[in-house]
Amino acid sequence: MSLIDSASLPRGLRLPRVDGLIQWIVPLAIIAIWQVASVTGFVPTRVLPAPSDVLLAGWKLLLSGELVRNIWVSFCRASIGFLIGGSIGFAFGLANGLSQLSSKLTDTTLQMVRNVPHLALIPLVILWFGIDESAKLFLVALGVFFPIYLNTLHGIRTVDPQLIEMGRIYGMTDGELFRRVIFPGALPSIFVGIRFALGIMWLTLIVAETIAASSGLGYMAMQAREFMLIDVVVLSILIYALLGKLADSASRVLERATLSWHPAYWKR
Amino acid sequence: MQTALRTSLPETELATRANFAPHARVVREERPVQTSGLPLSIRGLRKSYGDNEVLRGIDLHIPAGQFVAIVGKSGCGKSTLLRLIAGLEKIDAGSISLGDAVKPEDIRVMFQEPRLLPWARVLSNVEVGLGRDRASSDAHSRAEKALTEVGLADKRDQWPSVLSGGQKQRVALARALVSRPRVLAFDEPLGALDALTRISMQRLLERVWRDQGFTAILVTHDVAEAVALADRVLVIEEGRIAHDVVVNTARPRERGSAELAGLEGSILSHLLSADDRT
Ligand SMILES: Nc1ncnc2c1ncn2[C@@H]1O[C@H](COP(=O)(O)OP(=O)(O)O)[C@@H](O)[C@H]1O
Ligand SMILES: [Mg+2]
Repeated sequence: MSLIDSASLPRGLRLPRVDGLIQWIVPLAIIAIWQVASVTGFVPTRVLPAPSDVLLAGWKLLLSGELVRNIWVSFCRASIGFLIGGSIGFAFGLANGLSQLSSKLTDTTLQMVRNVPHLALIPLVILWFGIDESAKLFLVALGVFFPIYLNTLHGIRTVDPQLIEMGRIYGMTDGELFRRVIFPGALPSIFVGIRFALGIMWLTLIVAETIAASSGLGYMAMQAREFMLIDVVVLSILIYALLGKLADSASRVLERATLSWHPAYWKR
Repeated sequence: MQTALRTSLPETELATRANFAPHARVVREERPVQTSGLPLSIRGLRKSYGDNEVLRGIDLHIPAGQFVAIVGKSGCGKSTLLRLIAGLEKIDAGSISLGDAVKPEDIRVMFQEPRLLPWARVLSNVEVGLGRDRASSDAHSRAEKALTEVGLADKRDQWPSVLSGGQKQRVALARALVSRPRVLAFDEPLGALDALTRISMQRLLERVWRDQGFTAILVTHDVAEAVALADRVLVIEEGRIAHDVVVNTARPRERGSAELAGLEGSILSHLLSADDRT
């Protein structure tokens, strides 16, 4: 139905409005159904509280300042861990992509370490760091390291060798070659790594915070479980989802801005 | 394998030793009036990849500003010869001399693939061709001029991915021309284009060569293209220059004329008879 009247509108007017609305229809419908199911008693509130109860719990925590504090703590852990692990992964990816020597020296070792699931290290990490901040940062950084490392390395290794030869023929210095040919060529792959790493970042943080923490969203959820506050538990889960979506959108915006030359990023 | 050798021999010595390919003749009337081109002398050039002896002694003199086409069976070493001339590979034995005081910007190569940077606009792709002069203040205007020369001034702010194959190749030509090279080597630059685009690109190549007077070396698998464009067609067989055919037809040449068709036929029969022998 909307296809017909929107087709008569100019393109620029039609796309953003419909696009902006359409993606929220399904989530809103789910929340509405959920609310009805709770209110009618179809789903007992001991199993799943109504959305309105979750909102109310959120409002109370917001007023007490607890919510903001815990979100902030988790956000800081996530971003610091991401920055540390991401920059080390990026540095190794660059070094091993550009230098044979460096690659021979470290790649095999890194590939071996990659096969250890980093969450399996939690008991060891607690023994090393206790439930200190550094334990969470270490785990997040470790989890983020590999996707960034692997995709940076892959991106650099798969830059079109004909373009590199072209750059050399036209007298580019090593620095120019990196800036104008190698890095832009590797960027799409680096972004794949970033998106992947963001997912791992939240996952690691949730697990680490539920097992060993005295603050943060995961801790808030575990506390609530002890006191049977199921609405707070559900609230924490939803906030994790929201933060994950936020991080993903931010990386998409960055991707669009830097890869504007790539036909895949042009308006469909 | 001997050490690489890229010496510069005095021109006079080369001219007096007329022991080049048997048919080599100088074709002065076919060259542009004023030439900025460099003469090219190759002596005893050899190149192997492992056990594969690709070039087994090439002797060749190309006068400044001449348009030379190189044909031969696939895998006979045409690209290798071009890459050696452009300094992209090491010479096993022999020498290539391009006169004295050659700057890197004096020799440019164009490949079958346009090799444009997809993340740079058309104009900045052309600026890449300026080499060390990229940072100079007139870089923009020089690049624009080169784009105008190939008829793509209106595409300066486009991404390469929106261009057609022929347009991309014209941008690559502008990038090669922008530094005013004195030798331009083409490795099957039109091989990937459709027939009509190819003909208009051939006209463009001929025009810029006449305007600028560089020495042109064109590798092609299309013998008709070779006789239509070149002053001289070299046939490579078994790592040597087997035939050196002068094309004396006046320019502008009429494609499909009896004269060119005759030449094309005789070159093709050289190529095919070599095929029968192996
Ligand atoms: N970098 C290389 N390493 C090994 N062999 C090569 C290399 N480049 C070319 N060759 C070989 O040299 C021969 C000539 O190649 P080429 O000059 O590309 O032929 P063409 O006349 O088709 O352009 C071929 O047999 C090819 O396999
Ligand atoms: Mg070839």
